[in-house]
Amino acid sequence: MAPKRTTWLGLGALLVAGSALAFIAFGDLGKNLVYYWTPAEMLAAGSKAYGATIRLGGMVQKGSIAWDAGHTELSFRVANDATPSAPSVLVKVHETPPQMFREGIGVVVEGTFDRAQVFTSHRLMVNHSNEYRPPKPGDGDRWKDTLSQGTTSAERAK
Amino acid sequence: MRGTLGYAFVLGGLLCAVFGAVVGIVGGLRRRPGTRAWVERATLGFFVCMLGANLTMVWALIAHDFSVHYVSQVGSRTTPLVYTVVSLWSALEGSILFWGAILGTYLVAFLRAQRSSRERTVELGLGAMLGVATFFAFLIAGPANPFGPVFPVPPDGPGPNALLQNDILMVIHPPMLYCGYVGMTVPFGIAVAALLDGRLGEAWLNALRRWTLVAWTFLTVGLILGSWWAYRVLGWGGYWAWDPVENAAFLPWLTATAFLHSTMLQERRRVLKLWTLSLALASFSLTVLGTFMTRSGIFNSVHSFTQSDIGPTFLVFLALVVAVSIGLLAVRGPQLAPEDTLPGVASRETAILINNLLFSALTFTILLGTVFPLVREAFSGVRVSVGAPYFNRMAVPLGIAILFLMGVGPSLPWGNASRDVWRRQFLVPGMAGLAVLGACLVAGLRGWAPLTTFGLAAFVATVTLRQLFLPALVRMKEKGEKPWTSFARSAARSRRRTGGYLVHLAVVVVFVAIAASSAYVQHTTGTLAPGQTLSLSGYTVRFVGLEQGEEPHRHWVAARLDVTEVGGAHGSLAPRMNFYERSTDPVGSPAVSSGAFGDLYLTLLAFGPDATGSPTASFNMWTLPLVGWIWWSIPLFVIGALVAAWPRRRALPVVDTEPAPARRSAARGTA
Repeated sequence: MAPKRTTWLGLGALLVAGSALAFIAFGDLGKNLVYYWTPAEMLAAGSKAYGATIRLGGMVQKGSIAWDAGHTELSFRVANDATPSAPSVLVKVHETPPQMFREGIGVVVEGTFDRAQVFTSHRLMVNHSNEYRPPKPGDGDRWKDTLSQGTTSAERAK
Repeated sequence: MRGTLGYAFVLGGLLCAVFGAVVGIVGGLRRRPGTRAWVERATLGFFVCMLGANLTMVWALIAHDFSVHYVSQVGSRTTPLVYTVVSLWSALEGSILFWGAILGTYLVAFLRAQRSSRERTVELGLGAMLGVATFFAFLIAGPANPFGPVFPVPPDGPGPNALLQNDILMVIHPPMLYCGYVGMTVPFGIAVAALLDGRLGEAWLNALRRWTLVAWTFLTVGLILGSWWAYRVLGWGGYWAWDPVENAAFLPWLTATAFLHSTMLQERRRVLKLWTLSLALASFSLTVLGTFMTRSGIFNSVHSFTQSDIGPTFLVFLALVVAVSIGLLAVRGPQLAPEDTLPGVASRETAILINNLLFSALTFTILLGTVFPLVREAFSGVRVSVGAPYFNRMAVPLGIAILFLMGVGPSLPWGNASRDVWRRQFLVPGMAGLAVLGACLVAGLRGWAPLTTFGLAAFVATVTLRQLFLPALVRMKEKGEKPWTSFARSAARSRRRTGGYLVHLAVVVVFVAIAASSAYVQHTTGTLAPGQTLSLSGYTVRFVGLEQGEEPHRHWVAARLDVTEVGGAHGSLAPRMNFYERSTDPVGSPAVSSGAFGDLYLTLLAFGPDATGSPTASFNMWTLPLVGWIWWSIPLFVIGALVAAWPRRRALPVVDTEPAPARRSAARGTA
């Protein structure tokens, strides 16, 4: 085979392989997107939200934390903000919540939203600010509160 | 006072860098005699200034001088001394300052290594590297100035980010990673010099390869230590999440690895010169992109990163680096024409070519997944992230293909292979692979990805061990040497080859550990009262009770657990939760029982009294088979790299008394 033809064959094969890779990569990318939404944004997305993987970020609404009878399923509402009229979504989780989990705290739940308007989450994260934020007055002692009362079990004891 | 001194050092460094960059490049291009000495002085000056600035910052940190901006951000009187020193790289401005010191050290080391060379490329290369230094010095002097004054001076500071003072690995992992990142500056400078000069000679290629290997080694160790840190600190039962920060370090590693392979083709056949230089330039560009992505805060939101000047400055620099790289390749590329052609399909050359294509494909897919959310948000305002399944689906097949090539490539000879090479080279390793595959199936293991990996790992390990020991065996037979002597001598004769295969063995170990720990991980969770137990794949843990204690900078609560293994071994683990005074969120410390066959990994999720007032605690429990081998492979990586890269002694005995036939047989099908 002449060297020139080999080069062209090689380049052709490379082109085909490259476009196949790009095609697969972009297709897969579309299927594996995780949407970062607040409750209001998710509700506004309508049917687009059903079935997609979503990271829902918001605040645990006051008085919404509840356990089922067997103490295996935790449910609460995630709201856009602290006002009572803020848009909110019912979230169900089957795992033990982390230490900081409590009313009014920022959370991120990852999971899917269904037509019954229930957000089923397999991952519950308390909003951990990774960036350092200078402590405000009164913040300094918050950790002691956490320590003195185990939050989740305090919820449970109610 | 310390702030002023430090800032003076930074300005001095900036001046030296600008001066050296201009003199180096202009003098080198115009072939002016006598400019070299000035470039060398500027390099030394930059090094001294950066070292001075860093020492001043450490001094300010230790002295708790809160009038210095950076100290007021990360310093605290309660932080233990070691973490106080380490806070130099615990936040943005400090880490860029530290970056400058490493860059200065690299430049001086490069200068020393090249002191006997009178080529003008040295001058051009130093000029290009000082150009990079100019950018970082500018960044430290302007947008990321850590020495700015604070008024009024606060009595105390917040201390470093709690997550970062939670584990001792924080002391060594970032410096390793930075040494890898910054180290890519040297190959960049060398490549730019080669392109400006219009040729790539033997000695210069050798320098390019060696300095890339240095940076590559640091990057490898930094990457593995980083995953270990995540595993020990973050407490989600894993070590790699395809997080942008992780990808940022992985991308240049991929292109540098591809480079280290393609450079062999260049040496043997004098082909792919342009491609090899492109890989060196790409590795550096990707480190800049990585630093930009991790340091500008762009992943919090595209819209927030413009709030600081660092992000845009980095973006401009990145654009400049890419533009200079592509421009040089386009203008000077034709001068670096190949001097030979590639042989037929069944050859080591083809294997390396495919290796480079696979590495490029992997780089492309990971880069796509990492950058896509940024592009999407910038254009449509929708915030998305690309889930780990995408990365796994792309990386696993490509990774397995690379593993396969690691066995095929070394088995094939350089040049055209003879017909019987397949039978001679692949029979035994192939059988070894199939045997391991069969054994795994009999043992009840399932899943195509892990089983393929194990089979291929056995195949590659056999090939690699044969390549390592065959020359020694031949020597033993022909010279009657002792096994160890003949291995040491044969290794010394071809150190790069030996080192390369040692690194290949380490890669095989990592492949097996990743496959086993990600395919066969087990997880459970539960809330226990004292005396209650939780079981998972052969381990049973019994909750004993809660403990608490004080340390200077934190208060901790631990849950004591008795651990029983199926074999009857006993132990005790205590996952903790740490409360830092200045941080409102507790930071967990997982407890890990590590063994050769796997880890038991426990985290404390929550604790507290239940309705009756007795203590309870909730746990996450994982078992990860073979996971520890990922980090235990580090010594093998380092030894391999050292064997390959350690500079030769000047006066090497060149007398070769070996009879010619013996040498041919020792080299057959190997080097």
